[in-house]
Amino acid sequence: MNNLSTFLIFLLLFAAGTAPADNADQSESVVTEAAEEFRVQEAVDLEASDTEEDAGGSVSLTWHMEIAGIIPDSLGIMRSDPSGGEELIATLPEGFVMYNDESVDNGIEYSYWIVSYLGGTVEACSDRAVAVPSAQWIYKGRIGMLIILFLMAAVIIYYIESGKKGKELFIREIAGLEAVDDAVGRATEMGKPVLYVPGIADMDDIQTIASMVILGRVARKTAEYGSSLLVPTSRSVVMSVAQEVVKEGYIQAGRPDAYNKENIQYLTDDQFGYAAGVDGIMVREKPAAIFLLGTFYAESLILAETGRSVGAIQIAGTAMPSQIPFFVAACDYTLIGEELFAASAYLSREPKLLGSLKGQDAAKLFFIILIIVGVVSATIGDYWSPLKSVAEFLRKLVTVN
Amino acid sequence: MRLIIPLAITFTAGMIMILNFFIPHQPFRLLGDNLQEWFMIVASGAIFLGAMNLMHVHSRKIKLKLKNWKYSPVTIIGFLLMLVTGLIYGVTEHRPFDYLFMNVVAPMGATMFSLLAFFVASAAFRAFRASNWRATLLLTSAFLVMLGQVPIGAMIWDKIPLAKVWLMSIPNTAGQRAVMIGAAMGVVSTSLRIIFGIERSYLGGTD
Repeated sequence: MNNLSTFLIFLLLFAAGTAPADNADQSESVVTEAAEEFRVQEAVDLEASDTEEDAGGSVSLTWHMEIAGIIPDSLGIMRSDPSGGEELIATLPEGFVMYNDESVDNGIEYSYWIVSYLGGTVEACSDRAVAVPSAQWIYKGRIGMLIILFLMAAVIIYYIESGKKGKELFIREIAGLEAVDDAVGRATEMGKPVLYVPGIADMDDIQTIASMVILGRVARKTAEYGSSLLVPTSRSVVMSVAQEVVKEGYIQAGRPDAYNKENIQYLTDDQFGYAAGVDGIMVREKPAAIFLLGTFYAESLILAETGRSVGAIQIAGTAMPSQIPFFVAACDYTLIGEELFAASAYLSREPKLLGSLKGQDAAKLFFIILIIVGVVSATIGDYWSPLKSVAEFLRKLVTVN
Repeated sequence: MRLIIPLAITFTAGMIMILNFFIPHQPFRLLGDNLQEWFMIVASGAIFLGAMNLMHVHSRKIKLKLKNWKYSPVTIIGFLLMLVTGLIYGVTEHRPFDYLFMNVVAPMGATMFSLLAFFVASAAFRAFRASNWRATLLLTSAFLVMLGQVPIGAMIWDKIPLAKVWLMSIPNTAGQRAVMIGAAMGVVSTSLRIIFGIERSYLGGTD
């Protein structure tokens, strides 16, 4: 009985003693959670690396922010170099998770860390990350493109040499280009002008350059036939180039006196302002032949339909896939995509240019084979893994990053 | 010499841009960036050439009372009005230039754009005439696409919108990609021809 009483007393004392201890644990955990809650978020997983595929002088930083804690007002990017000097290189608003330091020298190791500001004071600091900036000599993602370019150049040069040696090169007939002479001849017979519209892009667009090359041929023809050539442009540089090209065409044809600079005029840079201006010329001058060759956007059908309404023979050409259907519907002849670029070679019939055209066709054949192999590999590759790697290789080869 | 200098400039500029595309290292990147900046500067400077040409052509038309000269004063007045208001009051919001742009230029542009709807109708009418099997195929495809685009298409038959999606994403995309690949070949070939001086007709001759 005595033992039992002692045991009960001990049990009561133990219970009384342990209760405050539990309470202390609980309050300790509450304090820790509260401290976590009141701690300012810190940048974690900071990674510093040399910026890929650049000319050097740049380090890329990436990080995450802690999920728990108070959101800082801003973040400071700190940097130190081997001399030990520390400096704040940038202050970013809260929410940023990456930064490019463009103020570094190649070959030097830099150390970075990120501080979190709250109320203007540093409340948290990340771990450090180091990087050495350097310059790269090639864009890795463009090596495939480089190989293809070399192959294409080699094929084109081969066919140019073949052309120069007098080898007969077959080029399929392009109806739109065959009709150029007829169109200019028709305008001459009718005593009406020829209207040449070089599109709305500037001279840095390859389609405009191709258009200028064709303009030279058309200018020579109009000079030979004695018709008037009107060239309204939407870019000042294109106007200047067109003036020179047409002038040269007239000189080549032995008719420099027939060249009229005022016929190559600048209208406006505005897309629909230009369309309105060209439509006005079409309606007033009623040209017998209209060439729409170059880069066109939404104005293509407005121009082509107005040209059709005045009864002109129309030859259009563009590499803009979305505008080709409009030209096909409204024009007599349409040069589709590559045909625009082939026009110069086709019209001149020079062996060198025809050779390059033939080379272009050979390169296209190469790509057709590549596409077929790729499609077959990707399709069968789902069932037979070696072909999957072939498809993956081809995909990497033709992907440009 | 008249040909050699332009050809040398073309070759140098072309090669710099090609190397700039493949090599990120200096000096190629700097040279490439500089060339692009130079083009912007030249193009900006050439705006004056365009403006001068515009004034010259139209003032000549008025002076000599050439055909349709009566339209020229409208062009000149419009041009000068925008130029003067822009120069005097600036081009920011709620200024006369902005007022003219928002209330005259923009609506006129929108008017021209809206004409497209009517032109599409007339062009479609011609293109969709079932004159041969190809045109009939085009007509049928267009009809399905248009029907699949509106709610009544699904009401007629729930497979019509699916047919529209298939037509747009398979045959249409294949056709567009074929054009783009062909054009890309043409771009590369033309660029190489011009850079290596094979194509020199834009300089006025082939000699």
